[in-house]
Amino acid sequence: MRHILSILVENEAGALSRISGLFSARGYNIESLTVAPTEDVTMSRMTIVTIGSDDVIEQITKQLNKLVDVVKVVDLTEGNHIERELMLVKVRAAGKDREEMKRLADVFRGRILDVTDKSYTIELTGTGSKLDAFLQAIEPGVILETVRTGASGIGRGERILRI
Amino acid sequence: MQLTGAEIVIRCLQEEGVEYVFGYPGGAVLNIYDEFFKQDKVKHVLVRHEQGAVHAADGYSRSSMKTGVCLVTSGPGVTNAVTGIATAYMDSIPMVVLTGQVPTHAIGQDAFQECDTVGITRPCVKHNFLVKDVKDLAVTIKKAFYLASTGRPGPVLVDIPKDITQASTEFSYPKTVSLRSYNPVTKGHAGQIKKAVQLLLEAKRPMIYAGGGVILNNAAPQLTRLVRLVGCPCTTTLMGLGGFPATDPQFTGMPGMHGTYETNMAMQNCDVLIAVGARFDDRVIGNPQHFYRADRKIVHIDIDPSSISKRVKVDVPIVGYVADVLDEMLKLIESSPQRPDPAALKTWWAEITEWQRKDCLKYDTKSDLIKPQYVIQKLYEITSGDAFVTSDVGQHQMWAAQYYKFDEPRRWINSGGLGTMGFGLPAAMGVQMVNPGAPVACVTGEASIQMCIQELSTCKQYHLPIKIVNLNNRYLGMVRQWQEFFYGNRYAESYIDALPDFVKLAEAYGHVGMKIEKPGDVDGALREAFKLKDRLVFMDFITDQTENVFPMIPGGKGLTEMILAEEL
Repeated sequence: MRHILSILVENEAGALSRISGLFSARGYNIESLTVAPTEDVTMSRMTIVTIGSDDVIEQITKQLNKLVDVVKVVDLTEGNHIERELMLVKVRAAGKDREEMKRLADVFRGRILDVTDKSYTIELTGTGSKLDAFLQAIEPGVILETVRTGASGIGRGERILRI
Repeated sequence: MQLTGAEIVIRCLQEEGVEYVFGYPGGAVLNIYDEFFKQDKVKHVLVRHEQGAVHAADGYSRSSMKTGVCLVTSGPGVTNAVTGIATAYMDSIPMVVLTGQVPTHAIGQDAFQECDTVGITRPCVKHNFLVKDVKDLAVTIKKAFYLASTGRPGPVLVDIPKDITQASTEFSYPKTVSLRSYNPVTKGHAGQIKKAVQLLLEAKRPMIYAGGGVILNNAAPQLTRLVRLVGCPCTTTLMGLGGFPATDPQFTGMPGMHGTYETNMAMQNCDVLIAVGARFDDRVIGNPQHFYRADRKIVHIDIDPSSISKRVKVDVPIVGYVADVLDEMLKLIESSPQRPDPAALKTWWAEITEWQRKDCLKYDTKSDLIKPQYVIQKLYEITSGDAFVTSDVGQHQMWAAQYYKFDEPRRWINSGGLGTMGFGLPAAMGVQMVNPGAPVACVTGEASIQMCIQELSTCKQYHLPIKIVNLNNRYLGMVRQWQEFFYGNRYAESYIDALPDFVKLAEAYGHVGMKIEKPGDVDGALREAFKLKDRLVFMDFITDQTENVFPMIPGGKGLTEMILAEEL
């Protein structure tokens, strides 16, 4: 099963490699990983999307908690949550396809950030599956470049992750 | 008062009450060594190889309950130490490793003797630090000692660049330290403890399985009381030997790959298994699928939540210091009139006694060749079971664990998790340092001993009268055993040709050497050696080359699928 783990870590050099090292050393999957400082500059918030059985996810959570730099770990998928990912995609947009591409971007609520006479650079935000759907909706041949941030997540309602 | 970083290091060690630092100097730590020179409160033990320093600090810690400390230089000093650090990590040994680093401005420049110490050691330490400002030095060392010895213990490394040891700052050593991200749960959950006690008291075939956690948390007295109170069988793992007296009739021997027949049968067939500070290691339970039984309840007490339900699903997990949890359990049992059903217990013990009749540790006592088991039995007899015994890794390690009956904790010192050949001799140095005058034996083999043989020189320098029991079968015995069983007797590279003359070798280092070739000479040699109270004696026992360790569970098999000596 796919899980989204939200982690508060000490904003220290090496914290990221401790966590990524843990995943590789113990053979856990990382589908995506994002990290940036929080409003408290001494702490960073990390979102890891991983896939594993319940037993594996339990071990991952316990092993993460064991790391001295890790302040808190929450499995967002255990409750209601919001998940967003940002994608920038550069597509070929020339001739008769140009208008079609603009319409498709509109359908997916994408924004065109940059334009040349042969291409568009589109910004898209949403769940990972929405971004996948956009990429599937356009012809593979017209995709020039994609860059994705990986998922960020936050709990719905009163659910708050802080110390 | 303004102190330099180097002075601060020494002051911190003094504040922590460190007696011995095991180490080896080099460029990056010269300032620290200069401060060692100017004081005599903290003694430095100069080893011959950094691996030896870490193992010595490790043996020191295992035999004394104190945190071991070692000091090595940057680059190769660190890489040599890694085996020792990983050894300590796998067995959860509290240790502080201080390492020199190139000056901060040279980090990342591929400087002479530079390596990414924090990166290299990250997977084999509980935590590590790179000190980038002398102002952080004292508090970092304090944190290191705190982290190493609390929760699940382990090695903590502090990497100190050379310029930090030169820079000065105001020194004050914090009395306590806390980390917001580090709050191990140490007190067991009352409800869970109650459930565990209930299960134990209602069991018909209870069994207690204790591991290294009992030794590390000094819980042997509580464990012993609990086992006797309940009247159930008790097994201790390789790491837990001495946690419950081996001479007690309730002790059934070690479990696992080379455990006793009765213990393995009982582990598989009990209805309630209480695991105390043990982790269902692959060498203990074999194949987890085979180990699983729907009709057996498992209680697991451990300080580390990640040890629980890692390999085996348990019914009652209890996170906390095992000594505290056992105390709570004892309180509940002592205040309750209930005890496990005596009739059921009697039937259970009758079953176990039947298994014991297999006499799985018997061996040929009439051989003209020295049987390694016999040497260990004699060692036990002659030291009255009261020696500190360190070992290396392989057949001799298993024989020592099977035939030396440890009644006390912290007497059996071996590399259980990582299985590090070369551990025995340097570990014995640490043991002897902290237990001067006590008999210390290093049970080893001709292959293992050569992995850290250089430490014989350290033993001479510090007058460490260790007794080396070398079970010399001219083979990498355990490798040979596997090749005999599973590789059609193809002894690929397991025969050691051109061995040194160990008697002469010992003498060259200034020690006493003995070569023993006949079973009739074993007793006399051991007695003579232990009489030489102030000398290291290297006893080279020429043993039966074909002897194997039994019982044995082949890799991937279940607990009851043992090969016994008689079956071959």
